[in-house]
Amino acid sequence: MDKHTHHHEGGSSCHELLEGLSLYLDGDAEESLCREIEYHMKDCENCRVVVNTLAKTVELYHEHGKTQMPQEAKQRLFIALDLGDYMSSSE
Amino acid sequence: MTEHPTTAEQIDLDRLRSGDKAAFAQVVELYADRLYNLALKVSGDPFEAEDILQEAFISAYKNISRFEGRSNVGTWLYRITYNTALMRQRKKQPDTVSIDEPVQIDSGDMLPRQFFDWCCIPEKDLLTGEAIEYMGEAIQLLPESLKPVFILRDIEGLSTAEVGDTLDISTAAVKSRLHRARLFLRERLSEYFAERAAA
Ligand SMILES: [Zn+2]
Repeated sequence: MDKHTHHHEGGSSCHELLEGLSLYLDGDAEESLCREIEYHMKDCENCRVVVNTLAKTVELYHEHGKTQMPQEAKQRLFIALDLGDYMSSSE
Repeated sequence: MTEHPTTAEQIDLDRLRSGDKAAFAQVVELYADRLYNLALKVSGDPFEAEDILQEAFISAYKNISRFEGRSNVGTWLYRITYNTALMRQRKKQPDTVSIDEPVQIDSGDMLPRQFFDWCCIPEKDLLTGEAIEYMGEAIQLLPESLKPVFILRDIEGLSTAEVGDTLDISTAAVKSRLHRARLFLRERLSEYFAERAAA
């Protein structure tokens, strides 16, 4: 993405489009913004990379960002809450 | 042995509000993992996360009669857990920045600098154990005002409205902070993958 406000022919600059990229990825962008972003990306390699890696960042965290509570920690929690009798033994 | 619910809909709110222990145990079982994930990522410390969870659930149980059912049980518990984590953090470091303070990052800091294209590297090559560990470290580098928004929205999968409700901020604030958090993390991951590719 060009730090200088580099306009492609008749289009928007990288800088101008940056703010709307999450809306675009989440499907919350107005149609006109979608068209602008897609038109811009055709000619701008940097913005294509940013959009693709931004989407991938979100996907990786969504799929691999969760940490399960260790079973022993969960047992300690149930006991601390005086819920030892209700502890699940199935896991 | 209790039957454990698999969904929030199966929790009996009336029994829960009346202080029924079995109903509360179901809630703990159902939400412990999700709340632990939030507590761990906010604090960056597994032992602290355990303490946060204990304190949060005790506080939830004490205040259970005040649970209105206006928001769902999940967002109510996320909110208690996040507030517990913040209170404990402030006791330890009284100068911690709060979620209410304006985001300190100006748009110039958000300009992408890394253009290494790692999006299409197959996941088996991309996601080494070290890479997953780095993803966790990168979250710890997020500014405090952005961190919970990203955890709740993108990792936990809450809706924009639920995140706003949990953190007491507007949906517009959720969206703009989420975007900043994503750009920040994209930058960190790009640095990491570029460096690894060059090695
Ligand atoms: Zn561009």
